[in-house]
Order: sequence, then structure tokens, then C-alpha cells
Amino acid sequence: MFQIEFDSPDSVVGIDLGTTNSLIACMKLTKPEVIPGEDGNRMVPSIVSLPPEGAPIVGNAARAELIDHPARTVYSVKRLMGRGVADVQEELKLFPFHIAEGSESVIRLVLGEKTLTPPEVSALILRQLKANAEAALGMPVTKAVITVPAYFNDAQRQATRDAGRIAGLDVLRLVNEPTAAALAYGLDKRKQGVIAVYDLGGGTFDISILRLHDGIFEVLATNGDTHLGGDDIDNRLLKIALEDVASEWGEDVSHYGEAVQTLRAAVIRAKEALSFALSATVDFTWHGKAYRREITRELFEGLIRDIVDRTLGPCRDCMKDADVTPEQIDEVVLVGGSTRIPMVRSAVEVLFRARPHTELNPDEVVALGAAVQAGILAGTVENQLLLDVTPLSLGIEIYGGVVSKIIHRNSTIPASAGETFTTGIDGQTNVLIHVVQGERELAKDCRSLARFDLKGIAPMPAGMARIEVRFLIDANGILHVTARDGRTGLEQSVEVKPTYGLTDEQVEAMIEASIDHAEEDYQAAQLAGARIDADAIMTATAKAQKNSAWLSLTDEERQAVTDAANRLQLAYHHEDHQIIRAQIDRLNEVTHSLAERMMNTAVNSALKGTHV
Amino acid sequence: MSQTCWNCGIAVSARFCEQCKALQPPAHDFFEFFGLSRQLALDVKDLEKRFYGLSRQLHPDLFSRKPAREQEYALEASAVLNDAYRTLKDPVSRALYVLKQEGFDIAEQGTKDVPPELLEEVFELNMALEELREGDADARAQLQPARLRFERMRDEIDAAMQLSFAAWHAGNERAKLDDVRGQLNRRKYITNLIARTDEAHVSD
Repeated sequence: MFQIEFDSPDSVVGIDLGTTNSLIACMKLTKPEVIPGEDGNRMVPSIVSLPPEGAPIVGNAARAELIDHPARTVYSVKRLMGRGVADVQEELKLFPFHIAEGSESVIRLVLGEKTLTPPEVSALILRQLKANAEAALGMPVTKAVITVPAYFNDAQRQATRDAGRIAGLDVLRLVNEPTAAALAYGLDKRKQGVIAVYDLGGGTFDISILRLHDGIFEVLATNGDTHLGGDDIDNRLLKIALEDVASEWGEDVSHYGEAVQTLRAAVIRAKEALSFALSATVDFTWHGKAYRREITRELFEGLIRDIVDRTLGPCRDCMKDADVTPEQIDEVVLVGGSTRIPMVRSAVEVLFRARPHTELNPDEVVALGAAVQAGILAGTVENQLLLDVTPLSLGIEIYGGVVSKIIHRNSTIPASAGETFTTGIDGQTNVLIHVVQGERELAKDCRSLARFDLKGIAPMPAGMARIEVRFLIDANGILHVTARDGRTGLEQSVEVKPTYGLTDEQVEAMIEASIDHAEEDYQAAQLAGARIDADAIMTATAKAQKNSAWLSLTDEERQAVTDAANRLQLAYHHEDHQIIRAQIDRLNEVTHSLAERMMNTAVNSALKGTHV
Repeated sequence: MSQTCWNCGIAVSARFCEQCKALQPPAHDFFEFFGLSRQLALDVKDLEKRFYGLSRQLHPDLFSRKPAREQEYALEASAVLNDAYRTLKDPVSRALYVLKQEGFDIAEQGTKDVPPELLEEVFELNMALEELREGDADARAQLQPARLRFERMRDEIDAAMQLSFAAWHAGNERAKLDDVRGQLNRRKYITNLIARTDEAHVSD
């Protein structure tokens, strides 16, 4: 179905930047494969911790920091991407986020002494994934496809792209998670058909319905909720457990970050166990006190029923928008760790009247699909093409605060619309356009995207100017606005004031800062590597000096080795790795004949051994 | 379409330069883009085939290793392709597009084109909706038959519109486009009525 080139130097990776876990994958021959980290784990928990000194801690290592240093550690940061502080009031009640002043358009998270924006925290996760891939592939990784929830709005998409840029990645494409999953599943599957992808992740829910047409994956409609996921189940269980602990111990532990995180880990373990067993125990000890509670699957299902039910409305709306009935859906694909919950599976089965696919690991399928899309962009995967849609309608605010929709939701992207604007008063030289995303009639009920200021209009009587504005949503789902003077045909300047998110200048500054750090990080790694090698060769030399071969050397040779070893010893604490390296090389050189003789001695004794 | 290739400078008349294969700036007329003449009655299956075929040639994914300028053209061409397909596959938006290209003013119409027989329907519907708002659940019983009547009217207009499409195809007479325009206005009014009955149904 597709061909592949071997080891293209221009390889592109696929990244699933998840709420709970993140993964990186690439095409290996004809199949996408997840790239494990150095610790062998395929998933990098999306947890970042900033110690008082030294490099940030990311992933599994940061998990322990969550309990030991909760004020320096952050998880589920994806929930904050592209949002302002007013949007996340619900999150603030449930997550231990510490937010600084001035977080109206971009949230600033306090982590110890530092303040970071969500794209910067995400960039640290991306950096870790990038390093994992570079170590495994043995080459630099600079180009990536990153997945986003299908229901992400423009600001959330921009924030994700910014994170990639800050991490030093050229983000070739943002791909919707459910669509990526369909790509991963569709590799050698049916040529025609309708697929529903149900994606219940850590923090977001997406439903997409696609039509397959000889390698074209055409999304018919998408729907979802960017505030619904496994996190909500965890928070529900945690809240109940905290109350239960309080009533049993007569002490409320909810103000101790460490206790809360320990209990949270315990309820998550119980939740996961309940996907396979009919009952599980929540075990929690803190300050010498023990709490133990048995939860049956039946009780668990009663607790989360409303959360599962909240996914069904978007599914029905999506079928309606796609103009398909459950009978017309040929395949259902499950994505996201939360779809392991038996109750979720049966709800999906009842709704779509089809047994869902579970062959691929629901935690990995999005990353695998991102790798396939990376292959499409690199030109190594042929005859497959994704036609995605924009999840939300794009509109402009007109008089009375009413929204005039110019690109409707579920339009195939890239999509565009043209509008002509004019002036309202004599001599007016600029026009302000407020662009929003959403389905509601009033601008204040939609998501404000940006204000575009059309500047430099030649002064003339009201209503005479004709400014033709083109709104274009690209294949990433990101809006571009251009304008020209309808009379002269000349390009008109447009100043963009994003309502949420970082400005280009801010992103540039962060890239600068991260490059500086990247250089520091690189130097630190080189230094550590050189010292490890120095230790190894000094140990080997000391050992060799006790070998019989040592005595067979000339006095000069022995002196040279001793001198070189002493010099390396002196260079060892130098901050420049190149100085250490030079002495390692020197010691290597002078111990060459010693090593040869030792080898011969070893071979000789081995040969003798065989003759006995 | 430009006269000479932006990349190699030879004369071009096709979407891709015959010499250097570079993608050229796209045509902006929806029919021209698909290689079709301006028409109201259109084979949607054939349109879909053309859409998939062109998507395989023009999607930005296929240009990620090309020069920046060609990437821009691919983005632009794909946007026009998708806009054109979306507009032309639906008979109502297709008819509106043809009217616009033929120089008709298709700005929002008021109620002046609403036929008198509809005014009575609208009056009755408003009464029923008002009663429903005041808590008279019996009024709901009137909604379903009203919706069915509106749907029947819409279907009649759709059938009449198909005839107008064919009539315009036969002789390109401008008067036939006037018919289409009147039909579109009535259709819009009726779909609004259907939406209002649905809203009343959902809101309780």
C-alpha cells in the first residue's frame, strides 16, 4: 500500500503531547514504532519538576517530585494551554496549580523560584522526547508532527505549536488526535468505509467520524469537550477518598500537597485495577496512619456514570453533523487510557452498535498515527492523505455584538472566506475586526480569538473604502488573515492582537532563552560524559599496573603512562570537557603498547589452557 | 491563471507547469477550478471524484519539501478546492454562487418575497410558540403537523428549483435565474420556520 525509503536523513518524528503521558514515534520500515526512553519506558509522564538548581526533571523521575516537592512540580499542563486564568477556575479547584499575577491572556505558573507559561512547560516535555529519539536514532531530530485534541481551538493549537518551537522543533503539522489514531489503524485495513474514533484521554474528549476512500481519510465531522477526561475520574475518586479519610481519621488532609498526591496515586492505582478486576483497594498511609478502602467495580461505575454519559451527547451530535446513522458506521476505534474502563467500552458499543477495535494499545495509537503523518510529510508514506476539518465555526463580530459566521464548523481544511469591510466615519484610517470561534450567536458567548487592526486606509468619506479581507484556516487548523485594498489591489497591513497566547516576540525570546539553556545543558552533558570516560580509563590503568605485562615495559614507557595518568587526574576537575578529553586521549595513546601486551599475555595463557 | 511559470518562466496554461512541474497560482472561480462550465444542475458523484483526484494533487501535505512559494500556492489551491467543493455539492449554496457570479445581489432578503399563503402559516406558528412559552403544553400538538407542512413545502420548492436549473441549462435565459432567486428566498424562509419549530421542541 505504501513504499518506504531507508533511513532518510530528513526524518520527521510523530509526537503525542498528552495530558497525562507523552510519546514519540517514527516510521521504521513500513510500520510506525514508539521510541522508548533510556529507561526503557515508552511513555513519558507529562510531569515537569524544577529543582532549585540544575536541569528540569521530566517524566517518571518527576513523578517522585510530585510527592516530595509539589510546589516545584506540575502535571496536566495541557489543560492550561491557550487559556487565560478566567478559563481555568474549575481546574484551579482541583489541580495544584500556582498561578502568578498577570495571567489574563497567558497563564504564568509558579514553580519554585521560576515562572513558566504552559508552552514553556510543554517544551520541556518535548525536549525530553526529542532527546530520547535522538539517543535511540543516533541522529538529530528537528522536524515533528505533534498531535492535538480535535476540539482544540485556535489559541490552544497556537500554544502547542509555540511549545514545539521553544523546544527547538520545526512543527511541520499539528494533527488531530482521533484522526491520527485512524491513520494508525487504517494502515492495511479496508479501502472504503465509515469509521468512528472515540478518544477519551487524560484531560480531553474527542469524537470524530471519518470516511475512508482508497487511502483518503476524510473527516466528516468532529465534536468533543476539552474539559473532560480521565483526570475528571481521578478527581472524583480523590474527592470522595479525601472526605472518607477525613471522616475516618477525624483529620482533613486536603491541605497537605504531599498527602493529596499520595492519595491521588492510590486512587489511580485502584481505578486502573478495576479495569481488570471486580474490586480493588485504595491503600494510603500518611504520618503513620493507614487508610484502606475496598471499591467494587459496581460502586466505581456508579460514581463515574455521569462522566461517561457526558461523552455520549457529543457522539450523537457528531453523527448528526456527519449525516450518518449508527448502522452506517463500519468500525469504531478506541483511543486513550480511559477507554480501558469496561463501562466506557460498553457505552460505546451500545451507542454505535458495533464492537470497538482494541488491537492497538490505546495509549500508543495516537503517537503511531502521528508517525504515519510524519511519513506522509517526509514523502516516505505514499497514497495516504488526511482531509481534516475545523472543529469550531469562525465568525466576526458585527453590530450589536452578534456573530456573523464566515467558515462553518466541520468544513474541510484548508478553508477560506472573503469579506469586504468599509469605514463608518469620514476620514477613518483603520478598521478593527474581532474574530471569534464557536457556535453561539453572541460574540461574548464565543471564544475570542484575536482582534485584527486593518491600518493605513487612505482617508475618504465613510463607506467608500473597500478592504477585502481573506480568512484562511490552514491544514493545522490555525487562522491566517490577509487584507488588500479593493480599489488599489495593494496589500493592506494587518496588526494581530491575539486574545490568548503568546506574541511572536515572546515566543522568540523563549526560543533564545532555551537555546542558551540548551548550550548549557549540552556542556554539562559533555562534561559528565568526559568524567565517566576518565574514571574508566584511570581504573583500567591502575589495574593494568598490577598486571605482569606492566613489568615488561621499558622505564620510559612506564614513566610516560604514570605522567599521563597524573595529568588526567589534574585535568579531571576542570570545567572544560575538551581539556579532560585531551588527557584521556594522551593516556590512551601511551597505554597502547601496554594494552597490546596484556592482550597477548591473555591470549597466550588462554592458548596454554587449551593445551593442558 | 498566470501566463508564465513563476519558477521556470515558460508559458503555462495548466495547473502544473509542463516543464518544471511547479504548481501555479490557483484559479479562483469555483467551476473553472474543477474544469467545469458554470452550471446549476451538476452531477455530484462526478464532482466528488474530481474533488478526491484534486486533493491527491494539491494537498499541502504533498508539498512540505517544496519551496516556500509553492507551499503557499498549495495552501491557497487546497483552500479554494475545499471551498469550491463545499459550495458546489449542495444545490442551494451552488445556486447562490451562480447567482452571485451572474451579478445578482444575494444579500439577505427581508420578508417581502414571502408568499401570502405562508404569512398565515407564520401567524399560526407564532401563536403556537407563544402559547407554548406561556406553559400551554397542548400547543405542542400543533408543532409537529406544522413542521410536516413546512417540510412538504420545502420539498416542493426543491423540485421546482430542479426544473429551473434545467431550464437555465437549456437556454441560459436570465429570467430563469430570477425564478431561482425567488425560490431560494422562499426556501430560506421555510427552513427558518423549521428551525424555529425544532428549537421550541428542544428547549423544553
